[in-house]
Amino acid sequence: MFALFVIAPIADGAWISLFRWDGVTSGTWVGLGNYRAAIHDAAVRTAFQHSLVLILFYAVLPVAVGLALTGLLVHSRVRGVAAVRTVIFLPQVLAAVVVGVAWRWLYDPEGPINQALAAVGLGSLRHSWLGDLSTALPAVGVIGSWITTGLCLVLFMAGAQRIPPARYEAARVDGAGPVREFFAVTLPGLRNELAVALSLTVIAALRAFDIIYVTTKGGPGDATTVPSLLIYTRAFVTGQVGSAAAIGAIMGLLILALVVIITRLVEDRP
Amino acid sequence: MTASGVERAVTYAVLALFSVLALAPIAVIVLTAMHPPGALLTGVELPHSVSLATFRSAWDAGGFGRLMASSVLVSASVVALTTALCIPAGYAFGTMRFPGATPIFYVMLAGMVVPFESLIVPLYYTFRDAGLTDTYWALILPQTGLSISFGTFWMRAFFRSVPVELADAARVDGASSWRVLWRVLVPIGRPAILTMVVLVFMWTWNEFLLALVMISDQSHRTAPLGLSTFQSRYGVDVPSVSAAAVLVAAPVVVVYLLTQRQFLRGMLAGSIRG
Repeated sequence: MFALFVIAPIADGAWISLFRWDGVTSGTWVGLGNYRAAIHDAAVRTAFQHSLVLILFYAVLPVAVGLALTGLLVHSRVRGVAAVRTVIFLPQVLAAVVVGVAWRWLYDPEGPINQALAAVGLGSLRHSWLGDLSTALPAVGVIGSWITTGLCLVLFMAGAQRIPPARYEAARVDGAGPVREFFAVTLPGLRNELAVALSLTVIAALRAFDIIYVTTKGGPGDATTVPSLLIYTRAFVTGQVGSAAAIGAIMGLLILALVVIITRLVEDRP
Repeated sequence: MTASGVERAVTYAVLALFSVLALAPIAVIVLTAMHPPGALLTGVELPHSVSLATFRSAWDAGGFGRLMASSVLVSASVVALTTALCIPAGYAFGTMRFPGATPIFYVMLAGMVVPFESLIVPLYYTFRDAGLTDTYWALILPQTGLSISFGTFWMRAFFRSVPVELADAARVDGASSWRVLWRVLVPIGRPAILTMVVLVFMWTWNEFLLALVMISDQSHRTAPLGLSTFQSRYGVDVPSVSAAAVLVAAPVVVVYLLTQRQFLRGMLAGSIRG
């Protein structure tokens, strides 16, 4: 019996390593030159810079908003939180393709967002949000914020409820104001949630393939091109398979490194 | 109003604002889908009459019956395989010591964060050489592979949280490890298992890149891939595209709403334990 339980996980491990092996195979097949080329490739650099901007929208902004609201709301005990939780988490469960299709219409020149702007007298701002070089990337980023903010909020609010009230009382006895209380009690109490939220959202930002494929296909020009899109177009459209595999490996390592860094950073905080 | 009254009002206002922000885009799309097919819209307009005709026509035009059947088949297979493999694997990692446990576990953890985007190129060529592109296997096997790392991690966390005494008591009564697992631990682990099943179902249903790359043949397309194709073909027909989007999202939303209480609780507890 014990052998069965040992063999099953080893088989699982072999299953995973099969995929790892896949990566290695194409690595040996294309050689290291592709990596060197990728690092010096302006298009690849631009794509990773776009990823940085998306991290701001997908991860930094939602986590900041989530933390601020949790700090603000930490003492209120309100009814109906379960229902609210269900609603604000909803964007997270929708297929990214669905979300992309939906937002393409929202951002349309004739779409609801421009209509709303005109309605409040900001008609001069109306334009094609996804078609304009300067607004396309932030517009995609906002879709990301819409998806991940609910996740952050739900995670942090649940985490804050687990912080023992005694810690807040202790802080109050020490004369801490709301701000100090937040940094001394709430934030340290949310360490684990912070690590989970940051990891999930940063990974989402670096991937971001589905939404971009459906909304802009990387355009206009290369304004919203991200590494995952480069992987797809190079491997399956323009036939630069080696280069695509190299970008894929770089992206995988980058995600791995970021997750390790996030976990370390958050765990080290006292 | 008292201080706590003000605080409560602010809380409600903030929560209401975020609920509206989360729901508004969804509501707009559902409303748009109620317009007749091909209607030219400017922003949000109320339909003259509530009609589900667009859903029907989009369903037929996009061949969603077939797409949904493919998606159901793939999702069910991935969920069944993942569950069957991860419960024993998580049990082993969570309760037993065996040679190589730690390194194998770390390899699995890495599998949790590595995205399809990184694996898609080698995956495609492997499956092509094996003649498996344009089959359901090309969707089921890789997604099971990635789900297994998450599922094992998840079930390991659950088995670790179960008091050792419980299993020991059963073992004293003469139960084998296998019996302890299925008769004692799995029944009390139902919430954790349910959360895993729902998450894996959602990920599989929503997966797009893999289907886009592996499947070119009409009959094996999944629902999200079908939606993307549908959009590029009927892009100007906003009501029809919206209806198609609602159709593709519906199964996941229904599963989510039916299980949300247990699912969210399980997910929040699990993500912290991990």
